[in-house]
Amino acid sequence: MYNFEYHKPASVADAAALIGKAEDGKLMAGGMTLLPTLKQRLAQPSDLIDLGGLADLVGIKREGNAVVIGAMTTHGAVAASAEVKQAIPGLAQLASWIGDPAVRNRGTLGGSICNNDPAADYPGAVVALGATVTTNQRTIAGEDFFTGMFETALEEGEIVQSVSFPIPEKATYEKFRNPASRYAIVGAFVAKGPNGVRVAITGAGPTVFRWKEAEAALAANFSPSAIEGLKHPADGLNGDIHASAEYRAHLVGVMTKRAVAAAG
Amino acid sequence: MASTVTMTVNGKSVTGAVEARTLLVHFLRETLGLTGTHVGCDTSQCGACVVHVDGKSVKSCTILAVQCAGSEVTTIEGLATEDALHPMQEAFREHHGLQCGFCTPGMVMSAVDLAKTNPDPSEHEVREWLEGNLCRCTGYHNIVKSVVAGAKAMRG
Amino acid sequence: MNAQPETGIGASVRRREDFRFLTGRGNYTDDINRPGQLHAWIVRSPHAHATIEAIDKAPALAVPGVVAVFTGADMVKAGVGSLPCGWLINSRDGSPMIEPPHIPLSPERVRHVGDQVAVVIAETREQARDGAEQLVVTYGELPAIISMTEAIKPGAPLIWDQAPQNSCYDWEFGDRAGVEAAFKGAHHVARLELVNNRLVPNAMEPRAAIGDFDRGTGEYTLYTTSQNPHVIRLLMGAYVLNIPESKLRVVAPDVGGGFGSKIFHYAEEAIVTWAAGKLHKPVKWTADRSESFMSDAHGRDHVTVVELALDKDGKFLALHEKTLANMGAYLSTFSTCIPTILHSTLLAGVYTTPVIYAEVRAVFTNTVPVDAYRGAGRPETTFLLERIVDIAADEMGIDPVELRRRNFIPKDAFPYQTPVALQYDSGDYFTTLEMATKAADYAGFEARRAEAARRGKYRGIGVSSYIEACGIAPSQVVGALGGRAGLYESAEVRVHPTGSVTVFTGTHSHGQGHETTFAQLVSDLLQVPMESVEIVHGDTNKVAFGMGTYGSRSLAVGGMAIMKAVEKVVNKGKKIAAHLLEASEADIEYKDGKFQVAGTDKAKAFGEIALTAYVPHNYPMETLEPGLDESAFYDPKNFTFPSGTHICEVEVDPDTGVTEIVNFVAADDFGRIINPMIVDGQVHGGIAQGIGQALLEGCIYDQQSGQLLTGSYMDYCMPRADDLVSFKVETHNVPAVDNALGVKGCGEAGAIGSPPAVINAIVDALSSLGVRHVEMPATPHRLWQIINEKRAAKAA
Repeated sequence: MYNFEYHKPASVADAAALIGKAEDGKLMAGGMTLLPTLKQRLAQPSDLIDLGGLADLVGIKREGNAVVIGAMTTHGAVAASAEVKQAIPGLAQLASWIGDPAVRNRGTLGGSICNNDPAADYPGAVVALGATVTTNQRTIAGEDFFTGMFETALEEGEIVQSVSFPIPEKATYEKFRNPASRYAIVGAFVAKGPNGVRVAITGAGPTVFRWKEAEAALAANFSPSAIEGLKHPADGLNGDIHASAEYRAHLVGVMTKRAVAAAG
Repeated sequence: MASTVTMTVNGKSVTGAVEARTLLVHFLRETLGLTGTHVGCDTSQCGACVVHVDGKSVKSCTILAVQCAGSEVTTIEGLATEDALHPMQEAFREHHGLQCGFCTPGMVMSAVDLAKTNPDPSEHEVREWLEGNLCRCTGYHNIVKSVVAGAKAMRG
Repeated sequence: MNAQPETGIGASVRRREDFRFLTGRGNYTDDINRPGQLHAWIVRSPHAHATIEAIDKAPALAVPGVVAVFTGADMVKAGVGSLPCGWLINSRDGSPMIEPPHIPLSPERVRHVGDQVAVVIAETREQARDGAEQLVVTYGELPAIISMTEAIKPGAPLIWDQAPQNSCYDWEFGDRAGVEAAFKGAHHVARLELVNNRLVPNAMEPRAAIGDFDRGTGEYTLYTTSQNPHVIRLLMGAYVLNIPESKLRVVAPDVGGGFGSKIFHYAEEAIVTWAAGKLHKPVKWTADRSESFMSDAHGRDHVTVVELALDKDGKFLALHEKTLANMGAYLSTFSTCIPTILHSTLLAGVYTTPVIYAEVRAVFTNTVPVDAYRGAGRPETTFLLERIVDIAADEMGIDPVELRRRNFIPKDAFPYQTPVALQYDSGDYFTTLEMATKAADYAGFEARRAEAARRGKYRGIGVSSYIEACGIAPSQVVGALGGRAGLYESAEVRVHPTGSVTVFTGTHSHGQGHETTFAQLVSDLLQVPMESVEIVHGDTNKVAFGMGTYGSRSLAVGGMAIMKAVEKVVNKGKKIAAHLLEASEADIEYKDGKFQVAGTDKAKAFGEIALTAYVPHNYPMETLEPGLDESAFYDPKNFTFPSGTHICEVEVDPDTGVTEIVNFVAADDFGRIINPMIVDGQVHGGIAQGIGQALLEGCIYDQQSGQLLTGSYMDYCMPRADDLVSFKVETHNVPAVDNALGVKGCGEAGAIGSPPAVINAIVDALSSLGVRHVEMPATPHRLWQIINEKRAAKAA
C-alpha cells in the first residue's frame, strides 16, 4: 500500500471539508473494497478520510412507511435487524449474503452503493424498492443513483448519509454467486409495493438495471408462471471466465422466477 | 507520516508507532510480535487473519491499525487462560479440527464469534458461517464437528 | 468394529502439535525475524514471453530504504548455477530429455508471467516494493505459447531454442505390439479424450524464505517453507550456490501445508541465501498470495486419449494411453517423473488388464512450471482409468460396479505383478467396494433418482475404485529409471541418560501430525510412555539427513527407519542388560519396558539401561561403546499400495447447472493404522481437494497474452466449507507385506480416488440426456451449457 494521510472526522461537515481540501482524497466507509484495492497498489490517494467516527450515520429506524438505514450501518447489522427482518425480509436476506461474516461486520450500506460494483448486491434493493438516497447535499432517487460501472450520481465531496427504503408488500432477493469470489453473477431483487412491481438485476450488466418486461408480466400476474417464457437478451450483459453473457441472461430469468416464487 | 496508536490487545493496553497504511495484522505480528494471526491471501478472503475487534470477528488484513485506536482487540493468543484452553480451542483439539495449523487461529476466532451470535448452530449454519475462512487440509469435515462441539461447550 | 486402544499403535491419540497451533504459538517461516533483517521484493515478468533488453537499476536504488538490486546478469557473473531437475527421462529414441537452464533470476529472457527478473532489497517490505516499482526493465515481447496442442505444432514459436516443437521428451512405456494385437481382436473398444485440469496447490501458508549469513563462521542459514529441508540443502548447495553442506543449514520450521508444492527447490530460496551472502545481512521474502499463484509450481495439466479393449464378457484385454503433459516454462524439481514414472506405472489400476502401452509427451509452454501436487501423476491415472471403465460399462450395458468386480485383481493373486512394472504386495478390492456400495446404498439408488426427477433434478451416482503407489522406492530401481536421488529415509533414536527419548526424522510434518504418530510408534516399539518421546524434524543441523515428506511416504519409509533405529537401541540395551544381569545376550528379551532374562524375574528397566549407557561404571567397555543413540537408514524394497472405492452421489440443477454433492463415501485400505483419527483427517482433506478439482478449481490462462486469469481467490475457486458435505469414511485394512510395519500411505488417496467418483456421478446424472463425458471442473456454467445443448439437440 502507498502511504496517505489518515483522517477520522467527527462530523459529516468535517468529512466534507477534508475531502474538499485533499489533493486526491478518498472517503472510506467499511473499507472492504477500498483497502484491498490499496493493498494491491491499484490506487494512490493522498488522503484517506475514515467515516468510521460518524456515529450519526449508523442505525436503522422506521420512519412512517419506510425503513431508514444509516450509510455506515454494517451488512451484519442490517442482516440481524429485527426491524428490517419484519418490514423488508428480502433486504435482511440480501445483507446476510454479502461477503462473509467478518466482511459483514465491517462493510456498510453506504460503502456498497457508493462503490457501485456491478456485482454488488445492495444496488438491486435500492432500485427495486424505489429507495431514496440522502446525502449531505440532497436526496437522490434510487434509480437515478447508479449511473454506470463503478459510477454514481454523487458529486465530488458528496457524502451519503442514509437510504430510505419504502416498505413493500412483498420483496425478495435471489442471488447466483460467483463460485470463487461469492459476488453476484446475477442477483434479482423483486419487489411489489407502492411503486408497483419492480425487478432489479445486479451482477449481470455493467450496473444495476430494471427488467421491465418481467415487471410488466408480473404486474398483471405476480407469479413465477407469468415470466415462464420470458427471456432476457444476452446483449450488453457481462461475460467472463465464470459466466458468459448467455448464461447470465438465462440466470436473470431463473433468479427472478425464484425470487417471485419465494415472495409467495 | 508515522504516528502512534493505542489500543487494548488481549486485555492489555498497548501503544506502538505505525504508519497510516499499517494494517492491523502487521501491527499485531510485527510491532507486538503476536504472530498467531496469519496472512494467507491478499484479497481479504482466506480468513487466516481473523481477530475480534470490539467483540466482533474482523479480517485484520483489511483494517488499518489506526482505525483500531481505542478498540479492544482479541487475537488467538488472548483466547486461552493460563490454565486452560478456550472451549472452542479444546473442541478443535478433541475433534482434530486442524492439521497444518495455519488457518486455525482465524478459524477458531470466527467460530467463537459464531457461537456468540448463534449458540447452537447446525452443521449447515457452521458451514455457511465459515464462508470466509479457507482451509486446505481438513476438507472442513472435522472443523465443522469441532465448531458444533465447541459451541455446545461454550453454552455450558 | 474393535474398540480402539487408548495409547500406542491404533489409538486416536489427540495431537501434541495442536496446543501450539491453537494458541498462536506455531513458528512458521514468516513468524521468524532475524536481527538486522532486510526484505526482498521479487520483480516478476508481466509478459509471458519476452527478451530482457535492458534493466536500469538506478531509479530503484534511489528509493529510500533500498539497499541493493540484483539481476540475472549479476547472478550469472557471480557463477550462480541452475535450479536442477531431479529426474532424467529419456525419449523413446533413447535421447535424453531437453533440460534447459533455470537461473534463479532470468538473465536474458522471461518465459512466463511471474518469471523472476530481479530482486530489490530494502529495509522494509514496502520500501522493497517501492523500489521494485521504480526498476526500469525494457522487454522485447515475443509470441507466447500457452496451449500444449499449439505448442507442438510444427512452426510454433519456440520457448527453448534447443527444444524443437517445444518437446521436452517423447516417452513410451509398455507393450506396444501386445496392445495393438489385443485391440485387433477385441469385442469392444472404449475410447475417450479427456483433460486433467491444471490446478494451483494453494497451501494456506504462502511460501517464504529467509537467508542468513554468519560472516564470522562463514555459515549460511536458510529458513524456508519446505517439505524437505535436506533436499533443498543438497540441491541449492551443490547445484546453485556452491555451498558445501557443512556450511549450509536449512530450517523448515512449522510449515502451513504443502501438498507437493513445497517439495521443490524454488528460485526465491537461492535468491535470499545468495543475497544474504552478498550483503552480510539476513534477507527475508514472503510471497503475497498473488505471487504464489504465479510462482508456486502448479499441478496436473494433462490432455489424454485413452482406449480400453474388452472381450464380450467385459474383461479388460488391453489399455492404451496417449498423453500430453504440460511442463510449463522450466523443469521444476520433480516435474519430469510425474507424468511418466509416477503415472503410467499405475495404469493397471486395480484390474487384471494384461497388456498396457503408454505414450507421454512432455511439452514446454509459457506458463508456470508444473510439478507434483497431491497424488502427483496418480490422480491423472485414476481419472482416465475410472472414466474409461465407466464409458465401457455404459457402452456394453454392464453395471459399472459389476464391470469393476469382473476385472479386479483377485484377493488371492498377491503378490501381483502388473504389466507396467509395479508389483502389488497386498490388497482386497472386493471388500472395500462392498463396503462403499453398502454405505452409499448403491442398490437403492434408482429410487432416489426417480424421486429427484420429480423435483426436476438430475441425480447420479459415481463409483471410483483406485489404487495408489506410495513411498516411491527402492533407490536402485529409481536410479535405473532416471531418478537422481535416493529414496530412503533416515532416523536417529537418541535415548537420554534418564530414559527420555528424542527421535530425529528426515521426514517433515506440515499438517500430517508426525509429532504424534511417530511418538505413538516409538512409544509402542520402545515400551516407554509417549510423553517421554519427542520428535524432531525440519532442521539440517539437528537431523543427520532426510528425503522429506511427499508421495505419502513418511510412515512407510520414515517410520520404518525409526523402527530400525529402535531395534538397534533395543539390541544394544540387551547387551548392556546381559552384562548387568550376568546372562547371555541371547536370553534377554525386551518386554513391557524391561530387559528380562527369559523365564526368570531378573530384569532391568529401560531407564536403568539408559542410565548405565551414559554412566558406564559397570559396563562391558571392551566390547561395547557407551551411550544409547542409534541411527538407521531404510531403503524400502517396494512401494506401498493403498486402495479403495469412493462413491459420490450428486444432484444437478438443470436451471442453473449447479451440482450438489448429496453423499460421499470412501472405503479405503491403508494397511496397519497407527492413529485412525489422523488417517481419517488425511482422507477428508484429500477428498476435499479431489472434489475441488472435479467441481471448482481450474487454472485458466489467457491463450494470447499468457496472463493468468485465475490469479487470486476472486477467480480461482477454492473449496469452502459450504461447498462440501461431511464424508463417510471407513477402512478395511490389509497389512502391507513389503514393510515390517504393515503400513501403507494415506495422504494422497482422497485426492486420487475422488475426482472420477464425482465426474462419474455427474455423467450418470446427465446420462438420460446422452451426456458421455464432462470435463473438470464441472462448473455450473459448463454443466448448464452441456444440458442446454443436449436438450436443444433432443428437441430438434
